[in-house]
Amino acid sequence: MSGGWVHHSGKAVALALESVDTDQLIPARFMSVPRAQGYGPYLLHDLRHDGGGRVVPEFVLNQHNDASFLVARRNFGSGSSREAAVYALVDFGIRVVIAPSFGDIFSANAVNNGLLPLVLPEADVERVLAMLLHDPGQASVDLQAETLCICGQDFAFQLPQVWREKLMNGWDDIDLTTARTPQIAAYKTARRADTPWVWPS
Amino acid sequence: MTQAPAATAQAPKPAPKPATLFDKLWQAHEITRRADGASLLWVDRHLVHEGSHHAFAKLAARGAPVAEPSLTYAVVDHYAPTRGRDAIPPGDIRRMIETLGQNARTHGLRLFGLCDPDQGIVHVVGPEQGLTLPGFTVNCGDSHTSTHGAFGALAFGIGATEVAHVLATQTIWQMRPKTMRITVGGHLGPAVGAKDLALHWIARLGADGARGHAIEYAGPAVRALSMEGRMTLCNLSIEGGARLGMVAPDDTTFRYLQGRPFAPQGDEWARAVDGWARLPSDAGAQFDREVEIDASDIAPTVTWGTSPEEALPITAHVPNPAHLPPARAARASDALEYMGLSAGQALQGVAIDQVFIGSCTNGRIEDLRLAAKVLQGRRAKVPGLVAPGSALVKAQAEAEGLDQIFTQAGLEWVEAGCSMCVGMNGDLVAPGKRCASSTNRNFKGRQGRGARTHLMSPAMVAAAAITGTLCDVRPLLEGRL
Ligand code: SF4
Repeated sequence: MSGGWVHHSGKAVALALESVDTDQLIPARFMSVPRAQGYGPYLLHDLRHDGGGRVVPEFVLNQHNDASFLVARRNFGSGSSREAAVYALVDFGIRVVIAPSFGDIFSANAVNNGLLPLVLPEADVERVLAMLLHDPGQASVDLQAETLCICGQDFAFQLPQVWREKLMNGWDDIDLTTARTPQIAAYKTARRADTPWVWPS
Repeated sequence: MTQAPAATAQAPKPAPKPATLFDKLWQAHEITRRADGASLLWVDRHLVHEGSHHAFAKLAARGAPVAEPSLTYAVVDHYAPTRGRDAIPPGDIRRMIETLGQNARTHGLRLFGLCDPDQGIVHVVGPEQGLTLPGFTVNCGDSHTSTHGAFGALAFGIGATEVAHVLATQTIWQMRPKTMRITVGGHLGPAVGAKDLALHWIARLGADGARGHAIEYAGPAVRALSMEGRMTLCNLSIEGGARLGMVAPDDTTFRYLQGRPFAPQGDEWARAVDGWARLPSDAGAQFDREVEIDASDIAPTVTWGTSPEEALPITAHVPNPAHLPPARAARASDALEYMGLSAGQALQGVAIDQVFIGSCTNGRIEDLRLAAKVLQGRRAKVPGLVAPGSALVKAQAEAEGLDQIFTQAGLEWVEAGCSMCVGMNGDLVAPGKRCASSTNRNFKGRQGRGARTHLMSPAMVAAAAITGTLCDVRPLLEGRL
């Protein structure tokens, strides 16, 4: 992940669906594409395109391809561990997804790629969805203050500290972990003595 | 003044706090904990597949080696063709398989390649090779890694960034999940199995009902399950939103593992079993959440919608959105429309177009045996595919003559892999077609764009094949169990 962020403002749109799973976020057939080619075109591909591959003009992300906040119903990103679902959102330009709940693995993948999975209570999400029903809205989020302003309404949220710092600093875990190499080596020696069958002969 | 206690007398040690299986595993793997609460865990087994190409690319971008090649195993499964393996045409499928092979060679990993007699779906291969052992942490860039928890292992799926991290360091940062115990009392009825139990609890708690939790499955009905059944149950944990699922190891576990290629042998085996026997949750251990289920309440269960939580007993009718609260009604209408079902329709009698038996959920030998019991001497009314979970399962099934039963019933018997569970290898369900499937996800488009998936046990899939409709397998198994 490259570079962190603290504030973000942009256009918010509603995707008023429950359980937008990872198979919908990016259908399996696109997952062999190298990341360098960009995953944006595949985001929600089968909702954005009809069976003949034609663009569905009324679909919200086709109307607003500059949106960077997506508001959805519960259980967003459930299903597969495919990080490609997050790549598709990020490469499309989405920076924040707001929903009452997210799949656990999806959330971890999101944070690892600079995408904020923002949990708001269901009632608040419904309120925001109602405001976004016909038109997109403006939104801004501040990770430092843990505040969201969307359609002129203010909300506070709380992120796990790990996520907040990762999003703000754009940490690369591998570098952080490498700094613990001596501890890992000591653990490994003990594990080897205690459970040698971890290393099959 | 009373005399001070003698210097040698110790204040009685407070009894150690009773610990759960999860507590013991977490503690045993925690290398360090950061101030922000994240724990660095040691990874005993790391499994990779073709989909791990993003992670290998990240590793290559850093020029980093794989930290522990001897703890990393590569398996070809997601893109594995189930037919015509010796002549895969150039294209994505071939490229994906070759890329994994190339990465395995570069980093010196044991590869279970397409022609390996031990090839299969990663979550079938790990256990059957004895790579998955009690007390281990197991990671794989695949959400159904929860399967391996059936052995009393801390096993969870991770994304590509985390896979790269495990490759580079053999460790993973994790926030400690909450614990949840699902205790299943009583007995599962005849022809009712782990798949029905899993769909039952997911329907009850919701597809995000166990979000943020590590589940331990307990109780007599879980103890009575074979390892295959426990794997099915743990496999589906993720469909209920859980981080992972586990069953405490016992004699059933040890019997399954003894003699497996990568399991400890001789003195080491005895030592290992000694330790494993201490893993089960202590009496009085506290869970953050407790759920109780009565196994005798469970009927053969099928999904009617596009989320695993949309599951009902086969004897039920699909919901009528008009009778649901508005928030649920929209979702139900959408699911019914996608599935081509009408409001309030009976599940029994819904005509299907095809069947699929296989996947990491239900592609093991026991699953095939049960499906064969239903199919023996009968003909399928619809076409279908039976893809064993591994080449070893395939060989075993053939040794038992199960392949004959399937082919005589009119079903196709093919090579091992993920196949129609996700369709990456080209085994797809055509748009609008209805498939009775022993897999784990009925998401829109999962088995192919516009495909309609009904999840159920392999026995129920076999019953659907015979009648050409969704139906109750129980009468078809009478006198055959
Ligand atoms: S069988 Fe299906 S669920 Fe299991 S690993 Fe393969 S694609 Fe994933």
